[in-house]
Amino acid sequence: MAMKHLALIVRTFFAWALTLLIVFPLIWLVLTAFKTEQQAISVPPQLFFTPTLASFAEVNLRSDYLLFAKNSVITSFVSTLLGLAIAAPAAYSMAFFRSAATRDILMWMLSTKMMPAVGALVPIYVMAQTAGMLDTLPALIIVFTLSNLPIMVWMLYSGFKDIPSDILEAARMDGASIWGEFRHVIRPLAMGTLASTGLLCLVMSWNEAFWALNLSSAKAGTLATLIASYSSPEGLFWAKLSAASLMAIAPIVVVGWFSQKQLVQGLTFGAVK
Amino acid sequence: MSFLQLKGVEKLFGEVRAIKGIDLTIEKGEFIVFVGPSGCGKSTLLRMIAGLTDIDGGSLHLDGRDITRLASSKRDLAMVFQSYALYPHMSVFDNMSFALRLANVDKAVIKQKVGHAAEILNLTNYLQRTPKELSGGQRQRVAIGRAIVRAPKVFLFDEPLSNLDAALRGQTRVEIAKLHRDLGATTIYVTHDQVEAMTLADRVVVLRDGAIEQIGSPLALYDKPANQFVAQFIGTPQMNVVDTARLPALRDVVGAANAPDGFIGVRPENVMVRPAGSGKLVGRVELVESLGADTLIYSQVGSDGNGVQIVSRQAERTSLTPGDAVGLDIAPSSFHLFDRQGHTVAATAH
Repeated sequence: MAMKHLALIVRTFFAWALTLLIVFPLIWLVLTAFKTEQQAISVPPQLFFTPTLASFAEVNLRSDYLLFAKNSVITSFVSTLLGLAIAAPAAYSMAFFRSAATRDILMWMLSTKMMPAVGALVPIYVMAQTAGMLDTLPALIIVFTLSNLPIMVWMLYSGFKDIPSDILEAARMDGASIWGEFRHVIRPLAMGTLASTGLLCLVMSWNEAFWALNLSSAKAGTLATLIASYSSPEGLFWAKLSAASLMAIAPIVVVGWFSQKQLVQGLTFGAVK
Repeated sequence: MSFLQLKGVEKLFGEVRAIKGIDLTIEKGEFIVFVGPSGCGKSTLLRMIAGLTDIDGGSLHLDGRDITRLASSKRDLAMVFQSYALYPHMSVFDNMSFALRLANVDKAVIKQKVGHAAEILNLTNYLQRTPKELSGGQRQRVAIGRAIVRAPKVFLFDEPLSNLDAALRGQTRVEIAKLHRDLGATTIYVTHDQVEAMTLADRVVVLRDGAIEQIGSPLALYDKPANQFVAQFIGTPQMNVVDTARLPALRDVVGAANAPDGFIGVRPENVMVRPAGSGKLVGRVELVESLGADTLIYSQVGSDGNGVQIVSRQAERTSLTPGDAVGLDIAPSSFHLFDRQGHTVAATAH
């Protein structure tokens, strides 16, 4: 009994230690955001200090936080909705009208995510430039959507596959069109999958930095580009960088907190039920 | 013009002709059963009529209209699936009213129609439950109810009883027969169970390898099978079919003067077991199955090692045990003749 008790204590201790290790950067980020620049770089680091909102004020003064935030909201929401609109029919046809090529197409789609994004940078940059779309929201929305599509199709495919196809056939016999099948049968039965796919893509688009940095700047820049602008050649302004980062991640952390269950289900491809 | 007409209907799976040019006409109100062994194409043919599987050749007409390429949703057919295929997220009422709601039927009318169907099927107390909360037999009835409510042109049943236990299967079979009598709806019913085929059908379509072997009333198939396959597929236990080369004596015993080189078939109820020493054939009992109302006696006839097994069926019980010597007689004019290809040959008696 005592041994069991001890084991529980040890396990709990390590679990907390590991958790602390993982979230430490985030905690440090929050602390630094409320420090002055001097406090931020002082050695030894200060754990106790009088918090100040000076960095936040400075960030708001120097850059238009609301513009970047608005861009982030628009690009992530529109790319998620657009992605769902494209991925859902694709997953539907692959889940319920399998052909010999279905598996290969799925693997091919996933394989595109294995390629480093930088490999496609030059062609996509040139295309965006030629089309006059550099630093515009549509360019970011298109690229975000395309880069999320493989994951979205996979997630929806594995969710739809669990629906017995004769239920859809029954709906068809009952007079349902394809849209009717989707609305009355697939949507209610795969609501969890649809929600988790949408949430995950929302988070991924929000966090996307590579394309945002390369294809946008002052006009269409997202919060990711706002953070990056505080790491300048003249040196790092830790407090301001932290304040900007905190403001950038706060909304999506809140969204993620309230949708943990769906996110986990989505990330494990429906393995956790 | 007939109600439902199939003309040279074909299905190809790659190079394989799964359905080989089916011609069939079905009249309004008929109960048609497709029967055949696994893989004969009966379910595929039903799905082609339903529009769930594409038709690769030939044509399909319903009520004077070409529906060969029409989507399932527009064919006005209802189907009962083997797995029931109920909508798991909907109540029984919603399951049964789904088609009517899609068709924007008036709410009061829906309520009245679903209520009526539920009454027929004894589901009135279950309308608010979900399929999960029902037994297998109740789910089956909901699936049937979903079809009835719509009053479709044709009911399609795809092995609807095979997921039920034996007792429930018999009971539901009787209910389906009664339902068809009451509604008079045109019905196509797929099964591999020849008892279902015999008891339910106005006409049975026997299928093998994607082609029709014979179409006819249950008793016509039983009494006048077109070939050896149908003869052995219909009836339990199977018709005895004996190769004349292995038991030449049988020709004289049955009295078939013109028996060709081929096979002679005799139904088990036409084989009479006699005490040893009497009867025209000499045999030895191998197995006795006492079913209560019936007794099946399997005997080995002919020389040991090269003999043939003949089963007889009688209403009387028996005290025979395996190893007993018996004699066998065949009822006069009760035989079927088949040539080497299995086709039925007309017989002339002595």
